[in-house]
Amino acid sequence: MPDIKVTCLGAGQDVGRSCILLSMGGKNIMLDCGMHMGFNDERRFPDFSYVALEGPLTTYIDCVIISHFHLDHCGALPYMTEIVGYTGPIYMTHPTKAIAPILLEDMRKVAVERKGESNFFTTQMIKDCMKKVTAVTLHQSVMVDNDMEIKAYYAGHVLGAAMFWIRVGNQSVVYTGDYNMTPDRHLGAAMIDKCKPDLLITESTYATTIRDSKRCRETDFLKKVHECVAKGGKVLIPVFALGRAQELCILLETYWERMNLKYPIYFALGLTEKANNYYKMFITWTNQKIRKTFVQRNMFDFKHIKPFDRGYIDNPGSMVVFATPGMLHAGLSLQIFKKWAPNENNMVIMPGYCVQGTVGHKILGGAKKIEFENRQVVEVKMAVEYMSFSAHADAKGIMQLIANCEPRNVLLVHGEAAKMEFLKDKIREEFKIDCFSPANGETCVIRTPLRIPIECSLNLIKKELKAYNAQPPDPKRRRYFNGILAMKDGKLILMDLPEVWKEFNGINRHVIKFSSLIKLETASTNFQIVEEIHSLIKDRLSAWEVKIVDGQSIIIESVVVKLNEENADKNLCVSWESQDEDLGRYILGLLQTIS
Amino acid sequence: MLWILDNIFNKLCSKLTDFMFLNIVDNPLEKGCRSPNRHFVNKTENNKLKYFKMKFYCLSNDPVHACYVLSFKELMIMLDCGLVMETVLNFLPLPLVQSSKFSTCSNWNHPKLNDGELKKAGNNIFIDSSPEFQPPLAKIIDFSEIDVILISNYMNMLALPYITEKTNFKGIVYATEPTLQIARFFLEELVEYIDTTPKPNQASKWKEFSEFHNLNNLNLELHPLKWKKLFTLDEVHKSLSRVQIAGFDQKIDVFGALEVKPVSSGYCLGSANFVLSTGLEKICYISGSSTLTTQAKPINQNALKNSDVIIMSGLTQAPHINPDAILGDLCLNVVLTLRNNGTVLIPCYPSGVIYDLFEILSQKLDDSGLSTIPMYFISPVAEHSLAYSNILAEWLSSTKQNKVYIPDEPFPHANLVKNNRLKFFKHIYSEGFSAEFRQPCVIFCGHPSLRFGDIAHLIEQYGSNSNHTIIFTEPDFPFLQALAPYHPLNMKVVYCPIETSLNFQQANKLIKDLKTEVLVIPKVYTNPPNIAPNRDDLVIDRQIAKQIITFKCGDCIKLPLKRKKNQVFVDPDVALSVIPQEVMNGVKLAPLSGILDVKDNVYNIRSVDMNCIEGVPKQLLNSLFKKQVSYEYGTMNQMDIDMFLNKLKQEGITDIKTSQTNENDGILTTKIKLINEDISIDISDKGTHIHCGEGKQNLRIKIRDALLSCLNKF
Ligand SMILES: [Zn+2]
Repeated sequence: MPDIKVTCLGAGQDVGRSCILLSMGGKNIMLDCGMHMGFNDERRFPDFSYVALEGPLTTYIDCVIISHFHLDHCGALPYMTEIVGYTGPIYMTHPTKAIAPILLEDMRKVAVERKGESNFFTTQMIKDCMKKVTAVTLHQSVMVDNDMEIKAYYAGHVLGAAMFWIRVGNQSVVYTGDYNMTPDRHLGAAMIDKCKPDLLITESTYATTIRDSKRCRETDFLKKVHECVAKGGKVLIPVFALGRAQELCILLETYWERMNLKYPIYFALGLTEKANNYYKMFITWTNQKIRKTFVQRNMFDFKHIKPFDRGYIDNPGSMVVFATPGMLHAGLSLQIFKKWAPNENNMVIMPGYCVQGTVGHKILGGAKKIEFENRQVVEVKMAVEYMSFSAHADAKGIMQLIANCEPRNVLLVHGEAAKMEFLKDKIREEFKIDCFSPANGETCVIRTPLRIPIECSLNLIKKELKAYNAQPPDPKRRRYFNGILAMKDGKLILMDLPEVWKEFNGINRHVIKFSSLIKLETASTNFQIVEEIHSLIKDRLSAWEVKIVDGQSIIIESVVVKLNEENADKNLCVSWESQDEDLGRYILGLLQTIS
Repeated sequence: MLWILDNIFNKLCSKLTDFMFLNIVDNPLEKGCRSPNRHFVNKTENNKLKYFKMKFYCLSNDPVHACYVLSFKELMIMLDCGLVMETVLNFLPLPLVQSSKFSTCSNWNHPKLNDGELKKAGNNIFIDSSPEFQPPLAKIIDFSEIDVILISNYMNMLALPYITEKTNFKGIVYATEPTLQIARFFLEELVEYIDTTPKPNQASKWKEFSEFHNLNNLNLELHPLKWKKLFTLDEVHKSLSRVQIAGFDQKIDVFGALEVKPVSSGYCLGSANFVLSTGLEKICYISGSSTLTTQAKPINQNALKNSDVIIMSGLTQAPHINPDAILGDLCLNVVLTLRNNGTVLIPCYPSGVIYDLFEILSQKLDDSGLSTIPMYFISPVAEHSLAYSNILAEWLSSTKQNKVYIPDEPFPHANLVKNNRLKFFKHIYSEGFSAEFRQPCVIFCGHPSLRFGDIAHLIEQYGSNSNHTIIFTEPDFPFLQALAPYHPLNMKVVYCPIETSLNFQQANKLIKDLKTEVLVIPKVYTNPPNIAPNRDDLVIDRQIAKQIITFKCGDCIKLPLKRKKNQVFVDPDVALSVIPQEVMNGVKLAPLSGILDVKDNVYNIRSVDMNCIEGVPKQLLNSLFKKQVSYEYGTMNQMDIDMFLNKLKQEGITDIKTSQTNENDGILTTKIKLINEDISIDISDKGTHIHCGEGKQNLRIKIRDALLSCLNKF
């Protein structure tokens, strides 16, 4: 049986970066090409030398698929295509293609201009990289080449996020990327049909969590923000430019409106308008409600949320500030954090997961002092809140997805090892299917069944149908099917026996036929004899079709039992062709016992 | 790099490849099990053998607003659901306000009909009644048996409420997202136009007399008895809620029997052609298509290549017009009229070509120093139409798509609205319109039939002044007949039909490139069009397909699909049990047996688990499944017979008498008799017959084995 092989260059029992190599049917596919935010050296990029020790990757990789625009899923793409070298096909959805270059450029600026790093890709490289990308729409079946087909499904999570179904030959895999099984304020829930892949590769960020209801979390968030600003504090919400930011903005905007609050809210991205424009133009990717009302009111035109200016950092009084990046590892959010952290009136709300090595991760771990590279030490007196707003599926959601698409195997990525173990047991127990969770660098082999497509003569099918329909309906009846498989010119055709002799007229059948006579000593009429024999055979051979022909012959396959009458002597002639030797002999034997 | 070098197929598989040429294609139909209507599965499993025939029905007399039905594998698939709207030209216009013109026109009395159902307006006679439309023909097929309706573009969806809400239709409708949304605009607008101008009287007597059926010399077969009043808004909404969205290149499984794939047709936003395939046959339905660069995603020709059957309709409605000069003409007339202080009326639909016209005209006005001239877009759905067009990034031409990545709006009309160059209103009596209205100007307004909508009022208002111009751009209605009730008119009339769908030259080239066995087209495409009877070039070329089948409204034709094969899937263990024999150069044969498992029309041959068979004598299991059987071939010539006799001798069978006869129909037969044993053997070219007395079975087996060793088998 052919295998499917999966090797994680990232996301194997960790959440730092997603980059998974998938190999099936002789094709090699890279799923996501993420960057690790916790590293500042070459470790942030996937180890491409695993694919090829040196030189371009194009000969080794048949296609790259990017699930969504988060940098831990696409951040290494320009590095891969422009520095390591890859010119093959790259697929992502239209919104991802539109938004990813902006985030990449944003990150590049932070890395190069603020941290002064070298050996990083340039603006031009991002542009050149994006030119190689083919954009796909949801559910579109894209033939990557003659054997490989891909199809995107809606994943929720962020604008344009997709799960990908990949087929090579008749093996198939679904890769979820990050997804969300419950709709939120601006996106719908992930959706997939019963595509029965051989393997489902699913994220498992919240493998053990059953998150409390969305509404509770939202109320909790608003309460905390409101309390903090009411007592004159400043609230910092580190976010990524697109995605969760928009959802939280909608949330605060409607709350401020309803409560008639006047505290300033700032969105410190410079990107705001642009980002919201993308949401406007790709509104078909948002949820039903936003799509329905977009003509009357654009959800992304905010009344209370104003652009932030660096000068506001030291302003007195309360305010709420959204700032990038989301894990406090660089940029403006970190700068604001350093200023506001020492004041206990202030608050930082981390609305998403933070990878190891980032400031976000440290303060969530309870660190009260943060030391920076330049020996600067910042005391953390401000309140630190973690609110899980990042839109990942929880354990319930993951189980739901498995139930929906009915995979034959599951492989967990993008999660923590211990939590994966728990989920793995649950999956095995509930679905009775195999579940894997390879570590980075480890190769997982999944065996898949093979089905061979062949052409079949319609005659043969019709013949079987006729025989099948002649019998009384019985749903449990087996449909025996046989024919002659012929291979000519590399083509396989299943034929009916007579067609074989017709098709290949260089060969002639040589029928071997056997006949034996059985003398009968009976007073019964011919009719009674035939009926008796017929019912006897039928009784013993219920799986066969037993026919009476001309009132004197009984036919089962090629076996003919014929009643002869010569001068008042009666005998049965049993004959059969060599292919029915067993059957012929059985019937002969059967009849001998009764004669 | 190990993972790369590793061959995915292991030894077991390579053994297979030796014989089973591994042309592995997944069967997309396997996913058929998610079909909601499982009833079909049962239908086919109690099969009738007509199963593989295909029939085609034509339910519309208009090849542009088409409606066809394809029956195949017990499925009924409706292709498009177009509404024939030209019928409304027979009716008196419905003005918004009491119109002096149409309320005072005189009765037209006829000996057979003189009760005021017919009125004279201009030089023609019109029916004074709420306008009626011609839905797809009923009674040819039972609409309740339709499983699926495929809609190719929004123009071809306008009769949908008649089918979904007024018949027993129970199936599924598929359309692309833009098709659904824009059709919604068209339908809502249409219903609102008719609803806002209700007619108290419903004329019907005129229908009884055929001389009143075509009062306006329409170039169309008309059956007024089949005409219907328009549906309600509620019916529109219910109907559209049944539509399921399908994207381009999305494979839709239809009950496991068929895979349907919409592919871009390049004609308008979201417009699609359909590829129907069964794994072995491929049927393409080409509806409104364009090979020109339009606002929409370009036509996907590749997907249509090498089909068994192509059904093509929806060619240009203005084949005699040279499209290259049209836009220039249009702009020129607009500029001239405006310079003359006149106003331009452009009757239009609420979406489609108007987006291009906004773009082109605003540019032209800028170039001509007329930037201050406002454009008005009057439609109950104007605002939605403008907003919606700018969120369709994925359905646009690449030029427009690239703008979205910046991000800029793909169509410039959002900017035109922002800069007050383009103003939209629901109606001319809507709040703010009179305050904003400036003349001269350009007014886009529906309905292009001129029988209802605000345009009816505007023509009355501007018609008498020769400074103004009306420009016809929609080719759906013959403009002379459309204008007939408004005569006398002084305003300038310009006909600039903007047609992006295929003309005959393009269609001929397309079909030639696509290479099809059979081409199915409306009969009218084989003769020059009535508007240009001498243009022999405006036909579909007889030579472009191996076979051309034509149809007309009401026809049912058999499509020649010569299906001889079907795809089946063989489980690997079944395949592995097969032992192929080379019977001639390049031909290998082997008996194959298993259990047939048919699910959702997918045929699988699985291996037999001998242990779970009950009620069959053990020694007959192989026989039942034809396992380990073989078939002998070849002829027994004298040399073979000698060899056979030799073999018998080796077995100790020596007491033999041999003779030759011709007694069986002149076939030369060698008769071998075993003396003292009740056994005789007849050998001919056709075969060998061994007659054997009771109780001689062991000897018979010996003889058989000797014979088998002299023959070939597989
Ligand atoms: Zn993500």
